[in-house]
Amino acid sequence: MEHIELFFKSIFVDNMVFATFLGMCSYLAVSKKVSTAVGLGAAVIFVMAITVPLNWLLDQYILQEGALKWLGEEYATYDLSFLSFIMFIATIATMVQLVEIIVEKFAPALYNSLGIFLPLIAVNCAILGGSLFMQSREIASLDLAFNYGISSGIGFFLAILTIAAIREKIRYSNVPAPLRGLGITFIITGLMAIGFMSFGGMLTGGDVEEITEETTIVSTPTENNTIEVSKEETIKLANNEKEIIE
Amino acid sequence: MGLLSKKDLKLITDPLADNNPITIQVLGICSALAITAELKASIVMSIAVLFVMGLGNLTISLMRNIIPPKIRIIVQLIVVATLVIIVDLVLKAFAYELSKTLSVFVGLIITNCIIMGRFEAFALANGPFRSFIDGIGNALGYAVILIIVGFFRELLGSGTLLGFKVLGDPIEKTGVYAFGYENNGFMLLAPMALITVGIIIWVQRSRNTSLIEDN
Repeated sequence: MEHIELFFKSIFVDNMVFATFLGMCSYLAVSKKVSTAVGLGAAVIFVMAITVPLNWLLDQYILQEGALKWLGEEYATYDLSFLSFIMFIATIATMVQLVEIIVEKFAPALYNSLGIFLPLIAVNCAILGGSLFMQSREIASLDLAFNYGISSGIGFFLAILTIAAIREKIRYSNVPAPLRGLGITFIITGLMAIGFMSFGGMLTGGDVEEITEETTIVSTPTENNTIEVSKEETIKLANNEKEIIE
Repeated sequence: MGLLSKKDLKLITDPLADNNPITIQVLGICSALAITAELKASIVMSIAVLFVMGLGNLTISLMRNIIPPKIRIIVQLIVVATLVIIVDLVLKAFAYELSKTLSVFVGLIITNCIIMGRFEAFALANGPFRSFIDGIGNALGYAVILIIVGFFRELLGSGTLLGFKVLGDPIEKTGVYAFGYENNGFMLLAPMALITVGIIIWVQRSRNTSLIEDN
């Protein structure tokens, strides 16, 4: 149950692109064609499935306060968590390089389709973000970390695939000239993000984070109205979004 | 400006408008969108990026002849990560509340494409002084967009600027609230950041038609 909840939550509710804006750069740069978008998305799933569990192990047994206990009692007070940025990024960069070499050697066909995206991925914020969120959300076990890696990757894949499909179609529409290209992509992404917000209600009850986020917004009683209105809009826009996608 | 020649000055002014890292080069979007719900967070983020970019560009440019090209990405990442750890520790020491708001996004400066992008495009091919200026210029261009977005989102979303109630008090109905004005809570939510940036791009490209894409 825990696994299923985390899986759907990371894909829809906490979608990498629409909820936290991670991996935006490659999302915008590589989404002109569906085929390249699929390549990048697959590479992201692949790399995240490897690096998140690996960084979880690092975090658990080296970086956290008291994590070095297994070395002996005198190390129990060490807290190396200030090193986590450099450790995580070094792990990711080496893993990407390693994966590139292995894939090139054993699966040349896969390499040809993923190849050019792999170096790009080392600097994709979604990958590092996945590891940092894994740390700050205190994911409890190795298999959950693996699940989190894969499902966040799928969330990114879904996002880049939809935007690529929309961008291929929108080429035939009469967009105002200054908005063409980047501008309209931003606005569509904004609308899609509003649509994805409606998934927030999917896991109500067990979802503590979502509730705290809403209370910060509704800080004064007068704002209650605006929130309700925005929810209605959200649903309306989500419906429009579905039509557009179809 | 006796210190800077005309060419160097251009390195600072260009990224502010016609070669803006966010709206034209499409670099560094992630953090630009996620932390702009308040003006204060945007300003602190801009300063952090300014620090990392200036020094990072300088360091990479000094080392550009001794870095083997094959492992340059790892070297670049280590340089940035070190600088970011400094920023993170300073923030935690002097502005703890703010460092909680920025949460993982300070760490994500490491993979902010604006930094890697400028390393690759500029610092690896130019001298230390010019690289430093280029870093500062691009960080300022990034800061301009962040501050504009932060300004509008905080003003329209919560009616405050830097925490000051510039539009009056929404509970006691003073200022513009006396005329029935309501805060637009929607501006504080994530998607509006994207739409705000979209509108900035629209305005910028309507003013300078040579930037329009032909897609």
